[in-house]
Amino acid sequence: MTTDTLTPAPAPEVSAPVRHLQRRKGTNLAMTIVLSLAAALTVGVLLWVLGYVAAEGLKYLGPEFLTNTPPGNPADLGGGFLNGIIGSLEVVGIATALSVPPGIAAAVFIVEYGGRIASTVSFLTDVLVGLPTIVTGAFVYAVWVIRFGFSGIAGAIALALVMLPLVIRAAAEMLRLVPHELREASLALGVTRARTIVSVVLPTARSGIITGVMLAVARAMGETAPLLLTALGNDLFIEADPTHRMSTLSLQIFGNAITGFKAAQARAWAGALTLIAIVLLFTIAARLIGRTSRVGGR
Amino acid sequence: MTEHRSASRGESSLLRRSRWRSGDAAFQVGVSAVGWLIIAILVGTAVFLIGESWSSLRHFGPLSFLTSTRWAPSEATSTQTDPNPYGIAQFVYGSLLTSMIAMLIAVPVSVMVALYITDMAPMWLRRPLSYLVDLLAAIPSVVYGFWGIFALIPAIRPVGQFLADTLGTAPVIGPLFAGPFFGVSYFTAGVILAIMVLPIITAICREVFAVAPIQEKEAAFALGATRWEMLRMAVLPRSRAGIIGASLLGLGRAIGETIAVTMVIGNNVLAISKSILGQGATMPSVIANEFTEANQPFHLQSLFVVALWLLILALIVNTVGKVVVRRVGKDIA
Repeated sequence: MTTDTLTPAPAPEVSAPVRHLQRRKGTNLAMTIVLSLAAALTVGVLLWVLGYVAAEGLKYLGPEFLTNTPPGNPADLGGGFLNGIIGSLEVVGIATALSVPPGIAAAVFIVEYGGRIASTVSFLTDVLVGLPTIVTGAFVYAVWVIRFGFSGIAGAIALALVMLPLVIRAAAEMLRLVPHELREASLALGVTRARTIVSVVLPTARSGIITGVMLAVARAMGETAPLLLTALGNDLFIEADPTHRMSTLSLQIFGNAITGFKAAQARAWAGALTLIAIVLLFTIAARLIGRTSRVGGR
Repeated sequence: MTEHRSASRGESSLLRRSRWRSGDAAFQVGVSAVGWLIIAILVGTAVFLIGESWSSLRHFGPLSFLTSTRWAPSEATSTQTDPNPYGIAQFVYGSLLTSMIAMLIAVPVSVMVALYITDMAPMWLRRPLSYLVDLLAAIPSVVYGFWGIFALIPAIRPVGQFLADTLGTAPVIGPLFAGPFFGVSYFTAGVILAIMVLPIITAICREVFAVAPIQEKEAAFALGATRWEMLRMAVLPRSRAGIIGASLLGLGRAIGETIAVTMVIGNNVLAISKSILGQGATMPSVIANEFTEANQPFHLQSLFVVALWLLILALIVNTVGKVVVRRVGKDIA
């Protein structure tokens, strides 16, 4: 549409459809900006958390922190979370050993055998994923701690219960991606069902299952609430015997963060950075392994 | 029929075959047993929580917990039954209020982020962006709580102050926003919960949006729709149930979240403070705070009552959320 610039026209004539189109394009632009801002805000919060923890943590994180236990008086400077780091690795290690074999077996049951009970189990697994971990802690307290006392084992059982549904869900998802032709080929050769699953199906899904396990490990590393009710913590010395009460990195961060002493908070920040580093390491490694997966692979 | 056929192949083959078969059967029995273990864990959790809370439930009566808003273990004696010193209504209020705040913030943002990732961002940005959002879920709860105390509270103090100064004096809704704002509050806990459930809701929404039929998207574009109009016509209407399911699963997570909330909510267990800027406690936070130091009559047993109600609430929210998400999945397939 041409507007005559010589004569001062009574407002430039814009037809109704054009105005309508401009309004629609305006809405589109506005929503594009709003959605990008939401995404930018989300990433901004992530960077804020990571950046803040890194800045505070690096003030104290160093060889002394990684090789010492906390001082007897929490107000004192120095010391580190070595006992918590050892505790975390040990408790999560035991929890992994306890949860992975049954997790994979349950996934095999759900995917390979099927049936009404299997779909019930599948549904309950999804419900278990949403179970508050503090409730899991209370359950393990009632089952185990009342009889055998607070211990690293009790903490490992609680974390295993947290990990179990995560492992099942990840493994089941991977097993579903294994092509049926592979199973049929194996069965057609006269191989039994059990052998087919163990020698054909599981190896095909292996890297996907490992990814799921590592993500579950990362999740367990960061858990604090169930450990408060089971492993309890042990701030003073290195305890490697899992039948005794144990400290973990997460418990030490919690304990030191809420003391109000500057020195304890400095240790807690260094601990938080260490914990985030471990968790991110597992998360990123899991993604990289997932990429090499023979099935699916996102 | 199969027996007949294998019998004709001679005895050794038959024996080997039956041994194979029995190994096969044993394997199936084994994995089925593990399946039953999952059922046993869930049932066992309920049974043991009821068992541990039984004496307290019987002593005070199961409903007296929900009608009182005062949690004062020091006032408990082994004989007195009324009033129940272990009121938990304020924890239910705290859990619901903080979760609601979290949902009000997280659901719209998650939907927008998910839409941006699936349909709007440049192709090269989509995968890295979804990784970054997923990373929010990898940060441990205790780190969020610690960060909340030192970084988030100073940052949202002006917001809290603003709410107290404006809405806090308004009629009707005033009490809900009444100051003063000290930093630790339901509001702070709600904001942290929003950050923590955002990646969960976003991840599910992304999957829901990704399966919107491409034909309908292309049809919308062919009719001259702008990108936003396409999202509104072809993606969002089909995804409503999925968004609701995703929100319920996020809500379930928010209700059960413990450590981060414990660190920033103020842990006021004595009464309901109605204002979102006030201090309170949630069901998980009181368990985490008092469990290992419970030394009053019926103290530990009453904490198990809290855990039992928390289990019931979480199971309802999660089950409904899961059913909704599953039905959506079936519709799509």
